[in-house]
Amino acid sequence: MTPTPVANLSETTVAVCVISILLIPLAGAGLSLISAGLGRARSSSHMMMGSLCVISVAAIVYFLFGFAWQGYAGSPGLELVIGAKGWNWIGSAPFFFRKMDSRPGVLLSALFGMFSVGLAGLIPLGTGADRWRLGSICGSTALLAAWTFPLFAHWVWGGGWLGQLGANAGLGQGFVDAGGSSVIQVVGGLTALSIAWILGPRRGKYTAEGMPSAIPGHNSVLVLFGCTLALVGWMGLNSAGAVLFAGVGPEATILIAINTMLSAATAGLISAAITRVRFGKPDASLTANGWVGGLVASSAACAFVVPAEAVVIGGVAGALVTFSIEWFELRLEVDDPSGSVSAHALGGLWGVLAAGIFGNVARYSLPGRLPNANSSPGGQFWAQVVGIATLIGLVLPITYGLNWLLNRFYPQRVASEGERQGMDLYELGAGAYPDFMTHSEEFSQHKI
Amino acid sequence: MKPFGFLLLLSGWAIVFAAVALLGQPGVRIAFLLAGIGVEVTGLVFVVRSHPLLRGARE
Repeated sequence: MTPTPVANLSETTVAVCVISILLIPLAGAGLSLISAGLGRARSSSHMMMGSLCVISVAAIVYFLFGFAWQGYAGSPGLELVIGAKGWNWIGSAPFFFRKMDSRPGVLLSALFGMFSVGLAGLIPLGTGADRWRLGSICGSTALLAAWTFPLFAHWVWGGGWLGQLGANAGLGQGFVDAGGSSVIQVVGGLTALSIAWILGPRRGKYTAEGMPSAIPGHNSVLVLFGCTLALVGWMGLNSAGAVLFAGVGPEATILIAINTMLSAATAGLISAAITRVRFGKPDASLTANGWVGGLVASSAACAFVVPAEAVVIGGVAGALVTFSIEWFELRLEVDDPSGSVSAHALGGLWGVLAAGIFGNVARYSLPGRLPNANSSPGGQFWAQVVGIATLIGLVLPITYGLNWLLNRFYPQRVASEGERQGMDLYELGAGAYPDFMTHSEEFSQHKI
Repeated sequence: MKPFGFLLLLSGWAIVFAAVALLGQPGVRIAFLLAGIGVEVTGLVFVVRSHPLLRGARE
């Protein structure tokens, strides 16, 4: 099959896309603050240091290998012929951005991918709070940026087999995900679940009988401010993704921003209402998780739905995330301090499915894809289901396997002394809030 | 139990992919697709259930 060329973007589209992409780091800053605020004070500096390391490692590894394997719409790729049809499995561009096509669409895809992979890498960070070693964080991020993320991104955005489901199997326009609900959020969320399983719960989280103890976050102001920052970043993420991977024009970014806002707002309010009814008062941390879940769910269908549908998507995401956090903690004994698995993995899976239920994808010409005029009824829905089955059936074993291997060679969990001291003192030698700490030697010296 | 669960996850995905790549008739394809998802769900249950067992084994 001849690769279809990358979309030629107008100057206005390039300008809108650049501005949108440059907002994406705010989403990363928001997630970092949320993770830091929901963790303990004695590990908050470690959390922010970890965030910087994740973004740096992800960018460098993505430059070295990731983008070559991800590719872009119309880039060379390796195909397997199955059932007399070619299925594109992996990109085969040169490493280190060499011989890169200088068209703006390609360069913007590379820039978008570089920020996106950092965002995906930040998702497991909150899950491993208070017990994940800095070296292991860097190693796990390198595996994500080199292999897991680029592989799935190629299948969806780089002309890979999930995008070919329309042309090859008659399933709608193929698997769609405009803003990265699956490629960024679910991939990051499933990695977070793997990390939670490999690390095990924090010391003191569960009793011997398996009953969880509450370990509240140390700063809800950081958490809620992080939500606000994440909203701005997500508007950029969804807008840029929709322009690059859904082929919408720059004028569509206004509707995308409206949809993103409505989805997050509904999800946050639904979470606040549910916790108000269940616990007597609205819970700030669960509301924040619901808000993030709404943002995550909005991404896949942001360009394909009307605002009323975005409200429904956000509302379901808010309820789903709120209940699932409790379910993971109580029933499945997954210790996830930041709620990343619920907000990103489950929220993202719902967003992907919602694109198949509500999205009017047929009226768009998706870059790098052959149009499918003979879609079977419900074809788009089934294309999304195949994508979900791939995330759970293939991406989860891959990301768990890679992190399990890393753990065999370089144990990911900190020593018990580190957990007792706190990650700040143990790994960095200094805490985030030195003024709040009491030192016995000071008391003895100053005779206080 | 956990490796068996992951094996079922991969097997379920293989059935899903085979359904979309090899089967043309919509009804049969969807039936196989749902069967693959069923295998995946079974695998996920095994993987999830093995996690608390591992935790308990450490204590």
